Amino acid sequence: MTVADTGTASATRVHRRRPRILRNLASKTASIPMVATVLVIFIGCTLWTVIYSFTKSRLLPVPLFETMPLFSIPVPHLLASDGSWDFTLITGLKSSSFVGTDQYDRLWGTRRWIVSIGNLGIYGLCSMTFSLVIGFTLAALLDRKIRFENAFRTIILYPFALSFIVTGLVWQWILNPNFGIQKVVRDLGFENFVFDPLYNDKYVVYGILIAGLWQGTGLVMCLMLAGIRGIDEDIWKASRVEGIPVWKTYVMIVIPMMRPVFVTSVVIIGAGIVKVYDLVVAQTSGGPGISSQMPALYVMDKMFKDQNLAQGFAASTVMLMTVAIILIPWAYFEFGRKKNV
Amino acid sequence: MKLTTKLLAATALVGASAASATELEVTHWWTSGGEAAAVAKLAEAFNASGDTWIDGAIAGSGGTARPIIISRILGGDPMGATQLNHGRQAEELIEAGLLLDITDVAEAQGWRDIINPISLLDSCTVDGRVYCAPVNIHSWQWIWLSHKAYADAGVAMPTNWDEFVASAPALEAAGKIPLAMGQQPWQSSGAFGVIAVAIAGPDVWKAINIDKNAEVAAGPEMAKVFEAAANARAMAANSNVQDWNQATNLVITGQAGGQIMGDWAQGEFQVAGQVAGVDYECLPGLGVNEIISTGGDAFYFPVQSDPEVEAAQKRLAALLVSPEVQVSFNLAKGSLPIRGDIDMSAANDCMRKGLAILAGGNILPDGNQTLSPDTSGQIEDLMVEFWNDPNMSAADAQAQYAEIIANAD
Repeated sequence: MTVADTGTASATRVHRRRPRILRNLASKTASIPMVATVLVIFIGCTLWTVIYSFTKSRLLPVPLFETMPLFSIPVPHLLASDGSWDFTLITGLKSSSFVGTDQYDRLWGTRRWIVSIGNLGIYGLCSMTFSLVIGFTLAALLDRKIRFENAFRTIILYPFALSFIVTGLVWQWILNPNFGIQKVVRDLGFENFVFDPLYNDKYVVYGILIAGLWQGTGLVMCLMLAGIRGIDEDIWKASRVEGIPVWKTYVMIVIPMMRPVFVTSVVIIGAGIVKVYDLVVAQTSGGPGISSQMPALYVMDKMFKDQNLAQGFAASTVMLMTVAIILIPWAYFEFGRKKNV
Repeated sequence: MKLTTKLLAATALVGASAASATELEVTHWWTSGGEAAAVAKLAEAFNASGDTWIDGAIAGSGGTARPIIISRILGGDPMGATQLNHGRQAEELIEAGLLLDITDVAEAQGWRDIINPISLLDSCTVDGRVYCAPVNIHSWQWIWLSHKAYADAGVAMPTNWDEFVASAPALEAAGKIPLAMGQQPWQSSGAFGVIAVAIAGPDVWKAINIDKNAEVAAGPEMAKVFEAAANARAMAANSNVQDWNQATNLVITGQAGGQIMGDWAQGEFQVAGQVAGVDYECLPGLGVNEIISTGGDAFYFPVQSDPEVEAAQKRLAALLVSPEVQVSFNLAKGSLPIRGDIDMSAANDCMRKGLAILAGGNILPDGNQTLSPDTSGQIEDLMVEFWNDPNMSAADAQAQYAEIIANAD
């Protein structure tokens, strides 16, 4: 007893003597590569992109500190040798690489960008709502101890294993009026049936949404199912004793208890929404016209096809800012508060 | 023991042949039927000369392939040679010293004397040094018409744009699409350019595309062009295809009356076994202004560290311009050769029309040579929206067009 006590006491004393930064030196050393990666790749490259979005870079990034004359003023002065007047030119320099907010002015004056933002809004809102609702409903149905649960789970999760390009192509065929659903229904005898979302500029975003949901809800369902299974059996017993209907148990008791699972799902779905690119490329390439354009397509096209890096950087900076504006307050309330409690 | 000796001998053989022949990876975006047939001619000729052509075809149009090619060059993984549309696409790569200077080949072969029109070589030249080998001339200013479609509809084959517009209702009544159009942005922008040259004339085109005169772009001549394009948009309303060769296929099978497309469409008619003048008809300059733009393809050679590869790159450059390759390649591709001193007697009717216009000097530079990729991209975005949105008025589109030209560089 006494020996152990002295040991602890001396250990504490050693800790106290060391400055805070030297404590746990081994684990701090081990995390240096991770810290460096975060600083260089995540923060460094992001800052680089933001800075270069204020330049006039085209195919290649411009050198940042090139200058050009801004003004030159002749300054009269007396020559020391013979006392006559002479002029010296004083030249003011300004950076020739930076163009201020020109790239952003152009971005917000471009119809294609405005259409992209609108499309992302519709796609994002619908995708978030339907993924959560459908994912939870499927999970709750599977949770009712049905037969062949494993088989159903595999079938529903299966599309997630496909790449977006494959999903996009498959749905492009299904929604094509000459080969897909419209053709099948017309062959059944409904001659005037029209279903061609990908060829109609008003509904094309929903055509893409269908494919996105088909691919993504399986994963949400699995997350939800894991969450539902994590609920204590006793809760169910209690609710049965009280005579609460099953649906009410799910809505009023299970869902509030599954908050962490919902948070995870929202983050995963949200990341998928912001980066939506390959699905659109495979299904419509942004058409008909520009009606299914998305911000990520604009960034890619400007940076690589049109050889205007700075314009692409400006667009990606706006994307980052939008995400940050939504995410930072939410993350603060979601994660920051708990730490303080 | 015996096996080992055989293996050793085989290795020695492979080693010996590798020393004399060099492998060059060549990237390009020639993947449709007619294009693939043409690029095979280049590969055959290069292989026959002792080196090895490693084919690096990239599917999709130039818009897909160019970013891949450029990022490989920038990323330090350069290919042996690559197709690009010469003009301003490679400007910055040349300035950054990433492309091989082939001036010695050009001088040894006397390119300045044989290449016609000389503007093709000028597009390859930066500060007096030559950086690419032009291989063909492609012109946009063509409309391709289907004999079958007009016979089915019972109307005479049009001989110019006005007759084509007048015949559209008859074609529609016969269940045909008057004008086949793919949905890709470059097709929308290209077809608009053709209509502009035909209706407003080459001087207006030059004022806008070379002098970047925004007043002309907003002026009355261009207003007529936008009205004509809006009219063409209505004629193409039922054309639901994406790629240009699918649209050409509508013309080949007689489902559509015509398609505005560059002369590369000719390769598709050839692969389908169709004959110019019998199965299909071509009208340069839409039959109004017989004039062609002389854009085209050229091969660039990214800088490599290996001197043997560099020697092979220069051998390929010389080969691409040689008379035999020019004849076989251009006949297969349906494009015009870059030199006037070769025998093109095997050319068909449409190519002869093109050769005659070229010989007469009725030529324009290509949009790729006069506008930066950034400006071209903005025009493409505008045009693809205009061609696909019937609610966008001609006046609206023209106002936006004039603004792009005002800010063009």
